[in-house]
Amino acid sequence: MKWGVVVFPGSNCDRDAEDALGRILQQPVRFVWHRDRDLEGLDGIVLPGGFSYGDYLRSGAIAGLSPVMEEVVAFADRGGTVIGICNGFQVLTETGLLPGALRRNTGLRFICEDRPLRVEHNNSRFTGRCETGEVLNIPVAHNEGNYYATESELDELEAHNQVLFRYCTPGGEVTEDANPNGSTRNIAGIMNRSGNVLGMMPHPERRCDPLLAHEDGRKVLESVIRWFETQ
Amino acid sequence: MTVIVEIRPKEGILDPQGRAVRNALQTLGYNRIEEVEVGKLIRLELQTDDPAEAKRIAEEAAEKLLYNSNVEQYRILLPGETL
Repeated sequence: MKWGVVVFPGSNCDRDAEDALGRILQQPVRFVWHRDRDLEGLDGIVLPGGFSYGDYLRSGAIAGLSPVMEEVVAFADRGGTVIGICNGFQVLTETGLLPGALRRNTGLRFICEDRPLRVEHNNSRFTGRCETGEVLNIPVAHNEGNYYATESELDELEAHNQVLFRYCTPGGEVTEDANPNGSTRNIAGIMNRSGNVLGMMPHPERRCDPLLAHEDGRKVLESVIRWFETQ
Repeated sequence: MTVIVEIRPKEGILDPQGRAVRNALQTLGYNRIEEVEVGKLIRLELQTDDPAEAKRIAEEAAEKLLYNSNVEQYRILLPGETL
């Protein structure tokens, strides 16, 4: 599966994503500069974490208007796989590829730590290698990770099984105390209705290397690669 | 012509910044400050003297980029109009 990692000014997890996909998962991967429009030959796009444009105006707002994003939207409309991680998730909501918005954490603190996430179901290209209800430990690192959507949007997301990850206790219970940032319904990651665009605040690319002891993030990326290979 | 775009949290949306600032002000003894809301004020200098055109351009800019309709609301203030 050929991957492109988009680089915005201020991205800082682009190298991590490239390293996870290339060196660890042995997939062909190249960087795509935000002013470029060439996504030729790519099967998957990663919008990485970081602080595109210094988070000016709103996180992800200005990156959402960069030339490459026009092509990413068209790529997603054709069914291409797009993964937005952290700032990438913010960019996806700003462009309208995913519903809702990411607000300041309710505690007003930047949170950087491992968080248990419950996999809501494995009937998606992003979770096929996980068990439904499985708990993955994947780090978050954000100040604006508080997912917000209206009650009716949330009901729509749930009705179409678009919620893939929720913040939970180490035992897998979704409780208020397990919610680090105030996200509505403990949401940590969602996909679009067609199931080809994933946005998540936690960083799977940071939990792929066996040297780091945890490889839970690898399951997410390997799910996509496995799905692609069986198409 | 100078136009102000005032952006505020949407009604009913939690404003953690506003709450933190309110708490800090109350710590300073400002007990009569009941609520604080933190938003943004964006000033646009436009190459037009026509208020209707200025308003139209500012609204378009707000809709396309300056505010996020999921969590924010905005108002356009033309010269002479006040907050």
